Amino acid sequence: MIPSAFDYARPSTVEEAVQALVDAGEDAKVLAGGQSLLPVLRMRLAAPTVVVDIGRVPELRGITEDADNVVIGAMTTHYDVARDHLVQDHASLIARATETVADPQIRHRGTFGGSLAHADPAGDLLAPALALGAVMVVAGPNGRREVPASEFFVDYFTTTLAADELLVAVKVPKHTGWLSHYEKFNRVAQAWSIVAVGVSLRVSGGQIADARVGLTNMASVPVRAVGVEQALIGQPAGADVLRAAAEHAAEGTSPGSDGNGDAAYRSQLAKVLTGRALSMAVGG
Amino acid sequence: MTATVEPEVGKSRRRKEDARLITGRTRWTDNIALPGMLHMAILRSPAAHARIAAIDTSAAKGMSGVLAVVTGADLAEEQGSLPCAWAITPDMKNPPHPALAVDTVHYAGEAVAVVVARSSAEAQDALEAIDVDYDDLPVVLDMEAAIADDAPLVHESLGTNKNALWVFDSAEAGTGGSVDEAIAAGEVVIERKYRQQRLIPAFMEPRSVLCDPTGEQFTLWSATQIPHILRLMLALTLGVPEHKIRVIAPDVGGGFGGKLQVTPEELLVFLLARRLGKPVKYTETRSEAMATAHHGRDQIQRLTLSARRDGTITGLKVDLLADMGAYLSLVTPGIPILGAFMYNAIYKIPAYRFSCTNVFTNKVMTDAYRGAGRPEATFAIERLMDELAAELELDPMEVRERNWIRHEEFPFTTVCGLTYDSGNYEAATDKAKELFDYDGLRREQLERRERGDAVQLGVGISTFTEMCGLAPSRVLGSLSYGAGGWEHAAIRMLPSGKVEVVTGSSPHGQGHETAWSQIVADQLGVPFEDVEVLHGDTQSSHKGMDTYGSRSLTVGAIAVVKAADKVIAKARRIAAHMLECGEDDLDFAGGRFTVRGTDKGAGIGDIALAVFAAHDLPDGVEPSLDSEATFDPENFSFPHGTHLCATEVDTETGRVTIRKYVCVDDVGKVVNPLIVEGQVHGGLAQGIAQALFEEAVHDENGTLTTGTFADYLLPSAADLPSFVTDRTETPSTTNPLGVKGVGEAGTIASTPAVVNAIVDAVRHLGVDDIEMPCTPFRVWSAIHGRTADTSGGQAGGGLGSIQGGLQ
Repeated sequence: MIPSAFDYARPSTVEEAVQALVDAGEDAKVLAGGQSLLPVLRMRLAAPTVVVDIGRVPELRGITEDADNVVIGAMTTHYDVARDHLVQDHASLIARATETVADPQIRHRGTFGGSLAHADPAGDLLAPALALGAVMVVAGPNGRREVPASEFFVDYFTTTLAADELLVAVKVPKHTGWLSHYEKFNRVAQAWSIVAVGVSLRVSGGQIADARVGLTNMASVPVRAVGVEQALIGQPAGADVLRAAAEHAAEGTSPGSDGNGDAAYRSQLAKVLTGRALSMAVGG
Repeated sequence: MTATVEPEVGKSRRRKEDARLITGRTRWTDNIALPGMLHMAILRSPAAHARIAAIDTSAAKGMSGVLAVVTGADLAEEQGSLPCAWAITPDMKNPPHPALAVDTVHYAGEAVAVVVARSSAEAQDALEAIDVDYDDLPVVLDMEAAIADDAPLVHESLGTNKNALWVFDSAEAGTGGSVDEAIAAGEVVIERKYRQQRLIPAFMEPRSVLCDPTGEQFTLWSATQIPHILRLMLALTLGVPEHKIRVIAPDVGGGFGGKLQVTPEELLVFLLARRLGKPVKYTETRSEAMATAHHGRDQIQRLTLSARRDGTITGLKVDLLADMGAYLSLVTPGIPILGAFMYNAIYKIPAYRFSCTNVFTNKVMTDAYRGAGRPEATFAIERLMDELAAELELDPMEVRERNWIRHEEFPFTTVCGLTYDSGNYEAATDKAKELFDYDGLRREQLERRERGDAVQLGVGISTFTEMCGLAPSRVLGSLSYGAGGWEHAAIRMLPSGKVEVVTGSSPHGQGHETAWSQIVADQLGVPFEDVEVLHGDTQSSHKGMDTYGSRSLTVGAIAVVKAADKVIAKARRIAAHMLECGEDDLDFAGGRFTVRGTDKGAGIGDIALAVFAAHDLPDGVEPSLDSEATFDPENFSFPHGTHLCATEVDTETGRVTIRKYVCVDDVGKVVNPLIVEGQVHGGLAQGIAQALFEEAVHDENGTLTTGTFADYLLPSAADLPSFVTDRTETPSTTNPLGVKGVGEAGTIASTPAVVNAIVDAVRHLGVDDIEMPCTPFRVWSAIHGRTADTSGGQAGGGLGSIQGGLQ
């Protein structure tokens, strides 16, 4: 398994990285944690002329906060995200989902930003980012812009990132004290999700004050289960409400089909898993 | 004085070879580098069936570091045809099987050209510069379609897609009654059709081969299970004198039958090294291993069972279709035949007929994979026993008890004419039921059913036996197999008292070095640490039949015991001379000859030194204790056991969770309980994986869509339960150690136990079968009366989806 020959750039700042992408034109690939790109290169499914390795750009790594957001550097590994206190306190759904990614080796190499930019709809971090209203901080030749998750994901493996842009960080609005659960369904422990559901609830005095529900692999992009959210908000956090709300989970989705399930089966899973995720979130 | 020494046999020793195997700091073939070594890469056909209209290699030949680019046409004169050693019928169809396709490709992944370059990167790059024009031909994938009258042909020249029809009929053989009469008279007749999906052996170490043509002999290192067979086959296939070839299987990282093969790559490396006069190495990628190393299973079973209403079986009829793939490899056509004698299993079935139609398709060849024929047979009969029980509303264990051979009935000659020497199915079953809490789980099952729990519980049984220890040579002869089933061993007594054991049974992860050392330590009375086991090199181990079919201990180790007997016999004569007594006056124990009734004695090491010096040996005695032996078993060994599996089936999602797995195996006497435990655990994992996870899937063009571990799912420890294992010990009566094989038992037994448990959990919902692997999608679909369409489309996850997304 030997990739085609490529030029290799190893910038040490975001500006250098963007410049490397500008110089490379259309045929560059950004190497983050490498957990998706390296297999693709080695199987020669992709043959970029330049690989821009952003592994040694210090600014891209680490987690900080501002008044309203937890800011996760794009190159922060899954392992670091999952155990980070800011993430656990203010964006617990991200932590719960990240814990389920692949296996420990991959969680030590794979990165939060790499996973989002790769945009596999079976990736576990897309739906939680969408559900929590995350905002992508993108650097390009003309400076930085911010893209809400709801606009970032376009199709299978496709985002609004231009060829000369780099995902720098992800701002996740603080959901302090929200109850979260990520219910993942796959066939073996390290496999991708066939379907998964992330829920985050703000429960106050037994009432669901606010709700965010994101679906993994229920379309070519992550999906927010708006129908479920609406059925929850303002209702008591009781079993009947949760069960009834979960019935809305497949609304507005367009799940794909593969050997692991057809659209009808994925829709069934979405409902069942949503019910379980809600119940786990409120009941622990 | 002789201290009482605790026997080595029976000790749970940790394996002496593990530290280097696990760390990889050892001699894997790919770790070996020779001066001036070149690297080969293979261009493989993306088409499953196509004529090669043209190949343009000119650009590749001009690329950096490239020494040779060779096509099938270039090798047509010298490459011969890859061997098939098992002509199961005289009229069997066997198409030419070139290492490098000459004018037509017959499966996706077939080699069409090779590049040899100074580095593997340069070789890989040059592959992309080779331009091949393919004219597509119709692709034959489905066995039932392949044998239809107007089916397109995999090999036009054969005029048919049928390889052979092989039949065993107990009435014709005189070993039982007529099955047609039994079925006609049956009070209950059950017909079922089961599919044994295609599996990929997925050994850990990819195959690798290196040939050095620079000495007087060609030396070929290969990650193979069969160095001895490979040497002979290279000689026969390529016309190279056998004595000019040395084959070395250094440390080999797993095989499961997948390396019981003479591969196109081995031939190509040999031919290219010979052509270029330099060492050439090839190591496959994981993707190449998945797509082109032979696959396993892939059968369709049509089964008819007749019985009386009390559950007594009166007849069994088996009609198989077995997928050969595009060509015959080493033992491809014989694999389903190995199962022919196991459909009757542990039961007294009075009438039996087995017929198997072998079918060619445009897929990679099938061949031996852990269990090879017996897992398929065991699955069929153990599933049928449950179906019969359901039909008669009897407990499935009760139906088995009614039909199995009772322990006092051994030796028992079966409806196939095999004689099972020993066994005790009652004892294993009693122990398993107790460990399992069979009655308690049945109670819980009932409770869950009654309250309509979303998670239903099922109990699955597999009371299996199998035939292993391949094999008595005369039986192989009667099946038209191309060789015998003996094994060779030699023992060399070194002057310092240390011992070298040479075995023809070349391990690829089984732990021979430890087990053989334990056996020899007891036989010769030397310390375990003083024994070195040599294997896998035709120069040091000149004779052998290698490792497969759970044969190493029951055949190979018996040869070691026989060789040790000869060493002791030789030493006895010399000891008598040294101790000035008659040979009959000597006792041998704990490594020492003692003169009965005296305190005089001599250790085996003292004798070895005396023989080395040879200063004072009896007249006419040659100065050597070294001995060799070749053992041909008189019978197979028949391990058996009772496996019980409890599964929880989530009716809302179709997920199957194994709640409890208990197995009580009877593998006779045990040399090393830790190794046996490891074999059972690994075997269970592999058999459970067939039931739940693994499946080689091809799209309509014949492309393997499960060609990576992202898509071909192997379970890890996280996906398996804690196994409860135990043993009963009924010694085999056909070898001096009383041992039976254990390498395949877990795999053979576990698959039906799991599927029986799943079906048992949801039978009350109207389900009587779920196709393997029992994925959540399939289980959920079965419960809800839907057909699971697994033909795909697009969804996220898996490398297949990445490929789709990048296009």
